Amino acid sequence: MNPTAEARPVLDPLFAPPFPQAALPVLRNPQLRKNVAHAIDVIQAKRAKLVAEKTDWQELRTAASAIRMHVLENLGAYLEQFEARCTAAGGVVHWAADAAEARRIILDLLRQENASEVIKIKTMTSAEIQLNPALEEAGISPFETDLAEIILQLGEEEPSHIVVPALHVNRSQVREIFARRMGLKNLSDNPKDLTNAARTFLRQKFLTIPTAISGANFLIAETGSVGVVESEGNGRMCLTLPRAMITLAGIEKILPRFQDLEVMLQVLARSATGERMNPYTSLWTGVTPGDGPQRFHVVLLDNGRSSILAKPKQRQTLKCIRCAACMNACPVYRQTGGHAYGSVYPGPIGAILTPQLMHMKHAQSLPFASSLCGACYEVCPVKINIPEVLLELRAQVVDQERKQTGRISDPMYLGLRIANFFFASAGRFHFAQRMGRIGLGFFTGKDGWIHSLPSVGGKWTQTRDLRGLPQQSFHEWWAARGKETK
Amino acid sequence: MIRVRSTISCPSVPNMRASLFITCYNDTLFPETGRSVVTLLERVGVELDFSPQQTCCGQMHANSGFRSEAFSQAKRFVHLYRDAETVVIPSSSCVAMMRDQYPGLFEELGNDSLRKEFAALLPRIYELSEFLVDRLGVDDVGAYFPHRVAYHASCHGVRLLHLGERPYQLLAKVRGLELVPIPNAERCCGFGGTFSVKNAEVSSAMLAAKLQDVISTRAEYCTALDNSCLMHLGGAMHRQYAGMRTIHLAQILASTEGAPAEETR
Repeated sequence: MNPTAEARPVLDPLFAPPFPQAALPVLRNPQLRKNVAHAIDVIQAKRAKLVAEKTDWQELRTAASAIRMHVLENLGAYLEQFEARCTAAGGVVHWAADAAEARRIILDLLRQENASEVIKIKTMTSAEIQLNPALEEAGISPFETDLAEIILQLGEEEPSHIVVPALHVNRSQVREIFARRMGLKNLSDNPKDLTNAARTFLRQKFLTIPTAISGANFLIAETGSVGVVESEGNGRMCLTLPRAMITLAGIEKILPRFQDLEVMLQVLARSATGERMNPYTSLWTGVTPGDGPQRFHVVLLDNGRSSILAKPKQRQTLKCIRCAACMNACPVYRQTGGHAYGSVYPGPIGAILTPQLMHMKHAQSLPFASSLCGACYEVCPVKINIPEVLLELRAQVVDQERKQTGRISDPMYLGLRIANFFFASAGRFHFAQRMGRIGLGFFTGKDGWIHSLPSVGGKWTQTRDLRGLPQQSFHEWWAARGKETK
Repeated sequence: MIRVRSTISCPSVPNMRASLFITCYNDTLFPETGRSVVTLLERVGVELDFSPQQTCCGQMHANSGFRSEAFSQAKRFVHLYRDAETVVIPSSSCVAMMRDQYPGLFEELGNDSLRKEFAALLPRIYELSEFLVDRLGVDDVGAYFPHRVAYHASCHGVRLLHLGERPYQLLAKVRGLELVPIPNAERCCGFGGTFSVKNAEVSSAMLAAKLQDVISTRAEYCTALDNSCLMHLGGAMHRQYAGMRTIHLAQILASTEGAPAEETR
């Protein structure tokens, strides 16, 4: 089946439907769900094995978390240090307050280069600022070089994962996309043949396009270096062949010292792809005469990050190193894949990051897209307590919404307010139990079970029965037993 | 599969007193769990008291974003139990609420005296399996339950309370009980409180996946230390005529040859 047959998901939080609604088409799509479950099972098994072999895994997590928190608490100073060192090494540092400014800076730089085409290393940050559509609109053709990104770009698909963006697309779907877009009628779905097709396609781009855009896994303040980790080597081609390189990085990507990579590279590779070390780690510092790009720019993107930084309880969100272990472990993501999150950042980290990047004005359904099972926190290599942030954001959403008049009659809000009134005293609570027994009695079948309820209750009974209320509550039984209580 | 035959009779712990916090939904929906906790703990020699003033720990409100409401319920809990010698609670998610969320709530909305009272009370709060294994030092409670049983390790029990081996230790000593492991045991059942209605379809998809794993054990009963997960799993089992029932671990532990577990619907 053509993966593009379904309506293209919206990954812009400004326009995406709420999570419960966006999840529906995925829940009804067996191929998508099988692809997602299969892919994350493979990654998770590899990760579990490599984490288990590391006897100091918890210490590594603690160290990684401490490094990242230290950066956030001193971010201003480290950013200035990075700017100074990068500039001294021949790079040019630009500051972008928001997505629009970042797009404008990058477009101006590309125009200076007279670029009509640009090759790209996989970068989720460029997806965050919706760079590709802006480039196309300006008459510049972006060419993705990461295999998964090529699949998505040629297939006109959207990313559903931050490390493995085409995780929802399987081999035969990749074959279909390549055959159609590369004009290879007889292409097989053998992984070797698919890789060869991509290689031939890419080689021509590498050799003819002199301008490149990258993201960054790390910015090293001490040296002014930029680091990118990848699996395919296509990123390294982009880093060596072009004459000009533009790196787009969120301001939180800083590491203080070169030696901090020792910890970060260990936890990142194991958490992200289940590897002891990722195959390609590229580090570059400014410009080296006669070697690699001779013009190098770094665009440091805020886009909501400093407002997250300003809030102590939420600050930990920015510790994220984009390993995606949280989404691989998440039982919600397992069912919905990434598109339901309406953002380029899906899964548990997306559920906390996206609404905050939107200044809590959009994507308010995301903090509720979790059962709070805690699997994300358990695997997070930098110990982001995602459930804690989810709860903080839920409270903020409720504080916003409860003032709205439309919410007065919302059954969920009404129910929780009434419940709070009843829980305030035992007398009220026991009265509510007696009323509940009478009220639910009308819906309780002869077998003692409730099969269908109206309103919010119907959301439960659409797939689950509910046992009718017993005739005697526990406290009534205790009282009848004649025990003395204190 | 673990098949255990044991003839050790249950020990009695003298002079132990504990206050039972039954939780709002056990009181209302699952009184048989509360009755079993009483039977079980009295059998091992604990003198139980129960305050009829108790209502809810505040978890539903806290997890739904209603922080000030959750705070008033949490404060109410502390005021009711501050003088208790030991508090025992047959619900790991309610205990997790107290350990994980009360400190933050009290930090933000409480005053110093409330924070101090809670800090003093917290170490005396036990989830049921913790109370038995850690506080009483008992794993054989003299139970008899001749059935094939699958244990569902609830998320809050596993990841917030770190219950670890405790429930398995207790189950291993139940005579006649055949314990079967559930594949992907630590994966969430999809309940998540109001998540189950706010995201009903995703919750149902998670439930369907969990149920496949649970049913694959061909157990007669699925047990847990949280009736919330069991209400979710049991509701689907009943809807689907799945031929399996849910039962709180307290009911299994209370069950003996002379007084088998109450047959609930």
